[in-house]
Amino acid sequence: MTEFLLAAAGFILLTVAVGLVRILAGPANVDRTMAAQLLGTGGIASLLLVAAATGARGAEDVALGLALLAAFASVAFVNSASPSHDDDQEQADR
Amino acid sequence: MSVADLFSVAAISGGLFFFLAGTVGLLRFPDSLTRLHALTKADNLGLGLVVLGLLPHAGGLLGSLKLVAVWLLVLLGSATVAQIIAHALRHREPSP
Repeated sequence: MTEFLLAAAGFILLTVAVGLVRILAGPANVDRTMAAQLLGTGGIASLLLVAAATGARGAEDVALGLALLAAFASVAFVNSASPSHDDDQEQADR
Repeated sequence: MSVADLFSVAAISGGLFFFLAGTVGLLRFPDSLTRLHALTKADNLGLGLVVLGLLPHAGGLLGSLKLVAVWLLVLLGSATVAQIIAHALRHREPSP
């Protein structure tokens, strides 16, 4: 079972690494952010699998932290990409 | 191989398939909104299946709850991120 869990973690990391080609290809920054988001989700799954395979339960806490950071990264990207006065205008419209 | 192990192998294999689908979608879909769709749905389903497969190995109720909590946090974060990125995209390029 341990071998299967580790192999699954490796496979997920491989698919995520292939997905990172999108960072090179672009074309827009939002596509690159999405590839980083994929790295977040895939990293969480790999960490959970490794935690179960090796019995190192601390890796699950690392996965929790990664989940938090991946969400914050995208929020920060959207905040920096869209001009702030647009948001204010829209909130005034509502 | 016990029943729990068989269940784990089946669920985790399903999760791997959806991770692969998410990557293929991110690489092959034609524009940003469809890529966002592939990313924020297929991958979360894959993570959910992986978590489901790991539940028999979680070591007790508390460990299981923690795994489910990780998945719920990712679901919440990913749904929020999908909405705000789609909103930013639509804001920038009004659809024809």
